[in-house]
Amino acid sequence: MTKSSRRRTLAAVSAASVALLALAGCSSSSSGSGGSGSITLTEMDYYGSAPQNSQIQGVLTQCGNQVGVKVVHQEAPRAQLVPKLLQDAAARTLPDLMLVDNPDLQQLASTGGLVSLSANGLSTTGLYPSIISAGQYQGQTYGIAPGVNDLALYYNKDLFTKAGLSAPTTWAQLSADAKTLTSGSTKGIAFSAAATEEGSFQFEPFFWSAGADLKTLDSPQAVQALTLWQSLVSGGYASKSVVDWTQSDVEAQFQAGNAAMMVNGPWQLPLLDAAKGLNFGVVSIPVPAAGQPSVSPLGGEVWSVGHSSSDREQKAVAVVKCLLTPSMSAEWSKDAGYIPSDEASAQQLATTDPQLAPFIAEVGTAKARTAELGTQYPKVSTALWDAIQQALAGGTSPQAALSQAQGQAGSGS
Amino acid sequence: MASMLSEKAPAAIAAGAAPRRRGRRTAWRAAGFVVPVWVYILCFYVYPLVSNVKMGFQNYSVASFYTGSAPFIGFANYTAVFRDPQFMSIVVDTVLFTIGSLAFQFGIGMGLAVFFRRVFPLNGVLRSLLLVPWLLPLVVSGTVWRWMMYNDSGVINYTLLHLHLIGQPVPWLASTNMSLVAVIIVNIWVGIPFNMVILYGGLQALPEQVFEAAALDGANAWQRFTRITLPMLRPVILVVLTLGLIYTVKVFDVIMIVTQGGPANSSQTLTTYAYDLSFNQLMFGQGAAVGNILILVAVVFAGIYLRAVRDRDGEGRR
Repeated sequence: MTKSSRRRTLAAVSAASVALLALAGCSSSSSGSGGSGSITLTEMDYYGSAPQNSQIQGVLTQCGNQVGVKVVHQEAPRAQLVPKLLQDAAARTLPDLMLVDNPDLQQLASTGGLVSLSANGLSTTGLYPSIISAGQYQGQTYGIAPGVNDLALYYNKDLFTKAGLSAPTTWAQLSADAKTLTSGSTKGIAFSAAATEEGSFQFEPFFWSAGADLKTLDSPQAVQALTLWQSLVSGGYASKSVVDWTQSDVEAQFQAGNAAMMVNGPWQLPLLDAAKGLNFGVVSIPVPAAGQPSVSPLGGEVWSVGHSSSDREQKAVAVVKCLLTPSMSAEWSKDAGYIPSDEASAQQLATTDPQLAPFIAEVGTAKARTAELGTQYPKVSTALWDAIQQALAGGTSPQAALSQAQGQAGSGS
Repeated sequence: MASMLSEKAPAAIAAGAAPRRRGRRTAWRAAGFVVPVWVYILCFYVYPLVSNVKMGFQNYSVASFYTGSAPFIGFANYTAVFRDPQFMSIVVDTVLFTIGSLAFQFGIGMGLAVFFRRVFPLNGVLRSLLLVPWLLPLVVSGTVWRWMMYNDSGVINYTLLHLHLIGQPVPWLASTNMSLVAVIIVNIWVGIPFNMVILYGGLQALPEQVFEAAALDGANAWQRFTRITLPMLRPVILVVLTLGLIYTVKVFDVIMIVTQGGPANSSQTLTTYAYDLSFNQLMFGQGAAVGNILILVAVVFAGIYLRAVRDRDGEGRR
């Protein structure tokens, strides 16, 4: 190789590297759609623990086979799922299938990145009305739940029998029982007051049963509910760590015998049933005074489809259709510890499954979190969990914490 | 490589033959080497930075993600951030976190560096072991710290209770009064190796004779440290502190793993606050505004750092 030709090669290489860098750095990546052949759909959810995350791939594979596509399951941490999906929406690379928490659905639909399921012929007839409304945005249905859940009070039967107590139904009984059952390393009650949606979700049954509503976070009823939680923690009947616990942590505490009662959902039943030597019962969340209705928040994730190419969208809608057939949603609900979102099958299940009966009894009156506030819910929920943490961990009075939250929620909306 | 280098000399002589053509070719070739760097910097440093500054002046909402357009709103994001009742306490927390972390990281790092200057058996092994916090992925060490600090089941409270140093478990992560202390403790632990390594390196470069002479003159250990070590180490100390300050102000992972800024935002610093605004509250404009404030702080201290480095290099040349 002569000198000049070598130099030219060198120059060519550096020029090529410039081009490569420019391509890699500045061009937007084009998504490789696998051509005709077999289609692979991506699915994303936030199931980070059993039983949901161990069961989801099974139903996806079944429905994928039925439609003739491969479905790949991906998961993101709960707090990061929505930000991740919003970024995907910006880059027009939303997953084909998403299983999102129902209070987040309207916000996600407001980006315009979701496929209308009602326009694609999916029906919601027969489902619980509150879960239907949680999946709608501006008159269209964007998300449909295969199963729903709510909250109830689990109690350790052995500890209750030993203390000669029966399951509480009012707040006064709840406080008294929690006090009696606290001894040594065992606390009376465990719940999650985490600084995530889980904290608000767990507080809402107390908040709503007291008669408060999310538009006025600092109402006397709301203060009453937060005072109850604060007194449980400051009295030492609930661990100070509740501000750190997720609902899975709460389940672990209850299962280990560190808490005599816990607030939790039906998805914990498969784990608790499998635990040896644990004898527990489930009742509705106690209410301020006997005879009042117990109002639980409606939980559960909804299936939604992201915009892509029309044939991918069609396949994805077909998969969702399959996932929502009564038999499939019954199977999923059973595996994951959910209540079928179909009202008739849920009622049917209540007669045969005594453990699920308290959950099913409450789900009929359970409130969708976005019912009052729509896309504003996530913001108000943030203010609410901040107030809960202020009161439980910071010693702020419930009145002051909730007034501040109301200011935070009301500002700049 | 060797042949390329040796080519330089004849090429320089040959350059005389056709100076103009050669000059232009050299310029092209030089550009070929410089342009990739510029393209890289433009794409991966300047573009995101400019976007962030721009986003700080925009009403960037969830819908903007999909439509790609966001209206400009002047300084509204900044005024909203400054008016946030939490903002002042977060600034105070950030300052406390930074000063608390730096003081102990530096103090302990310095102590260890001086200690390891002595010759004793297993010196090297111990010194390498002290680097472990630096080498471990923070997700791992942070999670372990989190477990250790649990209120009821954590090993720290267990130990302190059994030594009768405390009567009640300390709510490290569950109290708004303790959470900042908890993250500072973890961050100190993470930062000690960095301080120790750099200061140790600086100490090794100090001439031994000066210390011997001082010892002969009757200076005790403390006098030798304050009158000789500290003044001679000044340039290194300045570098360690400014770099440490920049690293500490932007610490994110420690807080995110140990307390997530909670409870009730009591361990939130500007970095986690920016994240919270953008990704939990989905107010990307305000998040970017807080990010820009942080960039400004970092730039100021980076300037101080660069000055310090230049001064030191200047001294080295003299």
